[in-house]
Amino acid sequence: MLQHPVSATGITRLHRLWLYAIASAVIFFLIAPTLLVIPMSFSSSRFLEFPPPSWSLRWYHAYFESVEWRDATVVSFEAAIGTMIVSTIVGTMAAYGINYSRFGAKRFVQIALALPMMIPVILTAVGVFIFFAPLGLNNSLTGLILAHSTLAIPLVLISVTAGLKSFNANQEMVARSLGASRIRAFMTVTLPQIRYSVISAALLAFITSLDEVVISLLIAGGDKATLTRRMFLALRDEIDPTIAAISSMLILLSIILMASSQLIRPNRT
Amino acid sequence: MRTLSDSAVGERPAAAASLPVTVCKLTKRYGAFTALKDVDLAIRSGEFLTLLGPSGSGKTTLLMVLAGFVRPDAGSVAFGEREVVLLPPHKRDIGMVFQNYALFPHMSVAGNLAYPLKLRGHGKQDIADRVAQALALVQLEGYGERSVDQLSGGQRQRVALARAVIFEPRILLMDEPLSALDKNLRERMQLEIRRLHDRLGLTTVYVTHDQREALTMSDRIAVMNHGQILQVDRPRDLYDRPSTRFIAEFIGETHCIPIEIQNGEASLFGRALRLATPLATTASAQALVLRPERLQLLSADKPTHDLNTIDGTVRQHVFQGDSVVTFVSLPDGHDIAVRHPYGNDSEHLQPGTAVRVGIAPRDTIVVPAENATATASGRA
Repeated sequence: MLQHPVSATGITRLHRLWLYAIASAVIFFLIAPTLLVIPMSFSSSRFLEFPPPSWSLRWYHAYFESVEWRDATVVSFEAAIGTMIVSTIVGTMAAYGINYSRFGAKRFVQIALALPMMIPVILTAVGVFIFFAPLGLNNSLTGLILAHSTLAIPLVLISVTAGLKSFNANQEMVARSLGASRIRAFMTVTLPQIRYSVISAALLAFITSLDEVVISLLIAGGDKATLTRRMFLALRDEIDPTIAAISSMLILLSIILMASSQLIRPNRT
Repeated sequence: MRTLSDSAVGERPAAAASLPVTVCKLTKRYGAFTALKDVDLAIRSGEFLTLLGPSGSGKTTLLMVLAGFVRPDAGSVAFGEREVVLLPPHKRDIGMVFQNYALFPHMSVAGNLAYPLKLRGHGKQDIADRVAQALALVQLEGYGERSVDQLSGGQRQRVALARAVIFEPRILLMDEPLSALDKNLRERMQLEIRRLHDRLGLTTVYVTHDQREALTMSDRIAVMNHGQILQVDRPRDLYDRPSTRFIAEFIGETHCIPIEIQNGEASLFGRALRLATPLATTASAQALVLRPERLQLLSADKPTHDLNTIDGTVRQHVFQGDSVVTFVSLPDGHDIAVRHPYGNDSEHLQPGTAVRVGIAPRDTIVVPAENATATASGRA
């Protein structure tokens, strides 16, 4: 089979063996550390160890029976949904404005909005903490949503801008000539056509918030502790396989969300 | 109120529903570039008026001002008696057709047609009836449920047209709607759009850079260049009586050669020029408009009767199917084109042969010779 030519030039799979080897190694190193937690989460051991001595669901039980974990999960989802709504709306409006305006300084607006992506998150977190303190936004859900949105907006901006690039702006003008106000033309003609970019952007924003730990460590204290913050602290204090169980579920959720954001997109040529 | 079905019966409807458009002192600048300069234009109710000009002449800007997408720096636009310059596009009641159709791909053909009706709150049954009528109007019966992707270029253009008129707008605006189609289809659609216009009697403003298209379709043509309207006239008048050299060269396949003026008499390469009408001015810089189909190729020794003649030598014959164009080199080094029917003996004249080009006095057109730069931009 390795000797079989794969193209008209006579290249066989054997010739390409190095390519397969490198690609496999890259994929392995990318994915293996993530997947390692899944078998550990089904361990019966009191400690995080690999390979697990025997199998059980005790750490999943531990998670679902703990009020603290459940509260943290609720906070995390509230923050993620809030971030998704805020950053999708703001990011989409920004993408639309930057795409269509003839405003000379729009490049600077674009860079300013992308900054949180380039600055180390820890710096953003410190800045946010100091900025929020006098406003009383630390340890509040509003503060968490606003802080997470600064991280998510650049992602929404990129995704929606890409969608708008393939959209024909004349369509919105036609809609307006046919009697639609600008906002109505956007909702009935533009949005339905860039919906896949907007949905992908929303899912990305959701996951960005759900996975975020650095900002949450600084500003999500008390009863507004997020899941990731609690996991991080638990990891520091006690090596408890509950974290592996939670991680496994988060990985599953991320995979489902990412996969669905890809699958909803029809295969367009 | 007039409906599409009334007008589809065939008789020309009263022009009550369509409106005249009056444009006054319109100016629009983009930074240092002046897109429109003090433009005045009166479009009659029910008229098919074409804005013709090279790219950058301001014709599309003027159309966008009429549509409400561009707000002018100064001037006024009135639909009928009503000043609309501050009215947003969706309140202007205009139908608009764009170059690339701009159909909504996420809706069916019927969905596209129903869109303006839904915005106006028409009932379900009413919408269905009107969509069916509109499809019939553009000969697309039974295409309602198709998706836009399944249509050919010509069909898309028809849907875009039907969508622009289905809600009975007062004015129809078209921005180079046929430029994406191939030549044969384009020529068919020109006649179809004109027939639709005649049937609906809608005031129509059509933008194109294609002079032949403008001549074919329009009641009147407004020729634009550098943000100004140079001449507004019926196609024949524009062709026969261009007011400037730019217009003469932009319309038709035109070659202008300078004529000499002495004591109020015109002459061409030293020979007195007999004209159809006396010279309008005695300005020294004037040019004779030569159109290939109005010229005759004569042998050098043939008596010329009442024709004006220019001596030259045959340079090249170009076969174009229905006709042959012969290029003749003039004493001043320029080439002019003479068109004659295919099968004419002139084709057998060898390159280098001395010939005469004849032009009848009634075919002479004289224009002011200024704006030497017009030729380059006019050929775009």
